[in-house]
Amino acid sequence: MNEMFAGWPLLSIVTFMPTAGALLILLARISQRGDNAGYDNGVKLLTLIVTIATFFMSLFAFAAFQWDAPGFQLQEDIPWAFGASYAMGVDQLAMSLVLLTTFLTPLCILASWSIEKQVSSYMVLFLLLETLMIGVFCAQDIVLFYLFFEGGLIPMFILIGVWGGERRVYAAFKFFLYTLLGSLLMLVAIVAMIVMARAAGIENPSNIPALTAFAAQGGFSPDIQIWLWLAFFASFAVKMPMWPVHTWLPDAHVEAPTAASVVLAAILLKMGGYGFLRFSLPMFPDASHFFTPLVFVLSVIAIVYASLVAFRQLDMKKLIAYSSVAHMGFVTMGIFAGNEQGIQGAIFQMLSHGIISGALFLCVGVVYDRMHTREIAFYGGLVHRMPVYAAILLLFTMGNVGLPGTSGFPGEILTMVGAFQVNAWVAAGAALGVIFSAAYALTLYRKVAFGVIENPKLDGIADLDAREWITFIPLVIATLVMGLAPSYVLDFTSISAEAIANAYAGAAP
Amino acid sequence: MNAPLLDLTNSLPLARPELLLAGFALIAVVLGAWFKDRAFLALSVLGVITLLGAGGLAILFQPGAPVEILQGAMVVDGVGVFAKALIALSAAATLALGADHFVRTDEQRFEFPIVVVLAVLGMFVMVSAQDLISLYLGVELQSLSAYVLAAWRRDDSRSSEAGLKYFVLSAISSGLLLFGSSFVYGFTGSIRFDAIAAAIGEGAGGVGLIFGIVLMLCALGFKMSAAPFHMWTPDVYEGAPTPVTAFFAAAPKVAAVALMARVLYEPFAGLEDQWRQVVAALSAISMVWGSIGALLQTNLKRLMAYSSIANMGFVLMGLASGVDQGPVASLIYLALYLPANIGVFALILAMRRNNQPVETVADLAGLAQKRPWMAAMFTMLLFSIAGVPPFAGFIGKLLVFSAAVETGLVWLAIVGGIAAVIAAAYYLRVLASIWFAPSTAQLQPASGTIAVTATVMAALTFPVLVLALGALQNWAEAAVRSSF
Repeated sequence: MNEMFAGWPLLSIVTFMPTAGALLILLARISQRGDNAGYDNGVKLLTLIVTIATFFMSLFAFAAFQWDAPGFQLQEDIPWAFGASYAMGVDQLAMSLVLLTTFLTPLCILASWSIEKQVSSYMVLFLLLETLMIGVFCAQDIVLFYLFFEGGLIPMFILIGVWGGERRVYAAFKFFLYTLLGSLLMLVAIVAMIVMARAAGIENPSNIPALTAFAAQGGFSPDIQIWLWLAFFASFAVKMPMWPVHTWLPDAHVEAPTAASVVLAAILLKMGGYGFLRFSLPMFPDASHFFTPLVFVLSVIAIVYASLVAFRQLDMKKLIAYSSVAHMGFVTMGIFAGNEQGIQGAIFQMLSHGIISGALFLCVGVVYDRMHTREIAFYGGLVHRMPVYAAILLLFTMGNVGLPGTSGFPGEILTMVGAFQVNAWVAAGAALGVIFSAAYALTLYRKVAFGVIENPKLDGIADLDAREWITFIPLVIATLVMGLAPSYVLDFTSISAEAIANAYAGAAP
Repeated sequence: MNAPLLDLTNSLPLARPELLLAGFALIAVVLGAWFKDRAFLALSVLGVITLLGAGGLAILFQPGAPVEILQGAMVVDGVGVFAKALIALSAAATLALGADHFVRTDEQRFEFPIVVVLAVLGMFVMVSAQDLISLYLGVELQSLSAYVLAAWRRDDSRSSEAGLKYFVLSAISSGLLLFGSSFVYGFTGSIRFDAIAAAIGEGAGGVGLIFGIVLMLCALGFKMSAAPFHMWTPDVYEGAPTPVTAFFAAAPKVAAVALMARVLYEPFAGLEDQWRQVVAALSAISMVWGSIGALLQTNLKRLMAYSSIANMGFVLMGLASGVDQGPVASLIYLALYLPANIGVFALILAMRRNNQPVETVADLAGLAQKRPWMAAMFTMLLFSIAGVPPFAGFIGKLLVFSAAVETGLVWLAIVGGIAAVIAAAYYLRVLASIWFAPSTAQLQPASGTIAVTATVMAALTFPVLVLALGALQNWAEAAVRSSF
């Protein structure tokens, strides 16, 4: 396999394959006058094929990737202007997130089959969004990274605003402006870093490995690190989202169409964690060390507070959104524990949360498509009418709680082990959150699935159809495999985690 | 031959672009007087060709090193040529849009292309001015043409009001420019830029000179509509006919910025520490006020007026920075900003609802359902102006931020970042109307010229200029290095 693709720009192909699909749809659109159902189905099918092809292409990239080699691989580098370049490359951390993205996108397209309004525009935007998401993880140049990172806001803004729920316009604005404010502060910091590196004679000052090496030699003094760290934190904390800047997330989630919710929870949130691991920890170790107590406190508040808030929600999507905030609290706690267990746990938790929260939003989408409400009180006794659905919902609820045997468990335990070594109280606070998460998740399940059917409208509700089966099977398999044999993933990501943890331990005072 | 005649024969070949423009204007007036308004279309086409030809001649006959012409009144150098190319291209595009529009609305008056070309001639003189007299001549020729254009619809009270308002306020700023120039002349003893720079190098000046510089900067800030001298902009943008607004929003900005760069970095280069505060303040106020002022606007043209104020603030951020990065960043910013701006005006012109021009943000409702292509182009162009990646406008913001940080103006970059977020809110409002609102009335199809212009501008915004950034960088850097 390695020989077959030798010399191919695999990462660029993976990244821009969805864009090519989008252009194809646009070309088809020119030749087509007026919409009809058959044409729309063709567009959906084409999008599905393109995203599946992208997934296979990312598997080829994975095959060409050397598992146990540290550092960036599959590198491409084309000079651009002002010292920046189109540089692509992935390490184990980025590769695993690329795979998560390409794995989930076809499932999102399947879940979007019920879209009937402006289908071509929807699919084009979704494909562009996939390109931008993959690009974030593949970019090896900090300007290119920002291009992808920020560009992703545009399709998401339109997806929420056009195909969303009742308060979609409000949610779209809040999402965009919140994230943009954080990002522009980061942009100023990026500019400052490039200027400093250029002044120090670094040849390619926006290249991420070059900047990391520059930082490792003490290129950024501790005083400057504080400011740079805060600017990056402004962006990643909003993206993550951390308490108290999480308030855009429940709105965006509730109003977004199902597939956009999945992408938001499963992939966009991971960009925050990825940013912390790629920039904050390696480039500003002194500042990261200095701010660790702050991050710990915010993480524990997020875990406990968001779990309690989730308990009181009446809307299923909102409940899952708050549970995402709580789970991301584990990720930030693990990252800033700074040791190998913590970082490993954070990466694992990101991947696992991507699958589980994505699956939970899809579960909500299934009943929403049928009943057009997400109100928890509306449902009850679904197990009598939809046994398969109830079983799948149970699995993912348990995964959300972090039951051993599902993928939710290893990440939580590892982040707590990591945090325990740094501060036992933080780990204890987080453990409290685990209990709360069981409380809200099980309550949700009891109210929706168990009991007798009291609402007459639910009498005719049908169980999963073939399309939904196909959507859920890969997710079920992924959850169980990652839960029962986490070492497949952990062995792979450990190379990145070890490198980050060692560099951090070496640099921190 | 005696010296002045020799100078003239040496100068004329290098003044080809200006001669072409002036020649067109003179001949076109005669033709127009003879054929009356029947000549409108032909003169407009010729005008577009003339403008493109003038830009082409400027690039084609660019000397390797700066050459002074007409006894040192003007100079032909890299920055001048860069600005002339931008001015010629954007004026040609807006003239084509305007001619197309006036044909459709049946307001064909043959003077339009002539006045536009005369305004461009004024801009060409502005960007190559080498002493205070030619500077003032260029500014006045450009401004007088602009007053006429603003009041183009004589029988429309809004247009007349715009023209009058523009005239009165602009006359005040011209007065300031002359007043400031007299101070500069009085305290340095020369009107020539190189002599002024030399006098400053020898320690001439003091408070009087600073006073003169500040007055001149205020006047130039007025011409480029930087806050707090921006008051005329929204009214003139709203009142003038849309093709004229499109013209105002593009070419004169380049001329004013290039002239400001020349004034700052040629005669007053030695006083960098003094003028930096003023330019940085102008920049910060423009960015913030341009962003906040637009939030409550419902009229599209007023909104674009505030948007241009904010964008001029970003350009000034580049100019406030040092000579290494600043002018380069500002020139590239303009080159990336103009296509998006022209494209937006092309789309505004393209949209007519029940035979009425589209005026307010709400008029755009439901565009995405009716015409997804136009909606997509609108989205690209507005995000580019807002500076959201991956569109070209983002790179401009990145470059001016970079220049400011390198000079130590970090606070200005942070103000710019916050202003950009505020500004994003109103661009999003327009986009929300396009994408999210249900469509109400039927939109009429756009004409060929306008559709082509909008498509070309959108394609420039992404991906052409993004990919060609390296070439643009080389050109701008070479221009600035050879000139300042």
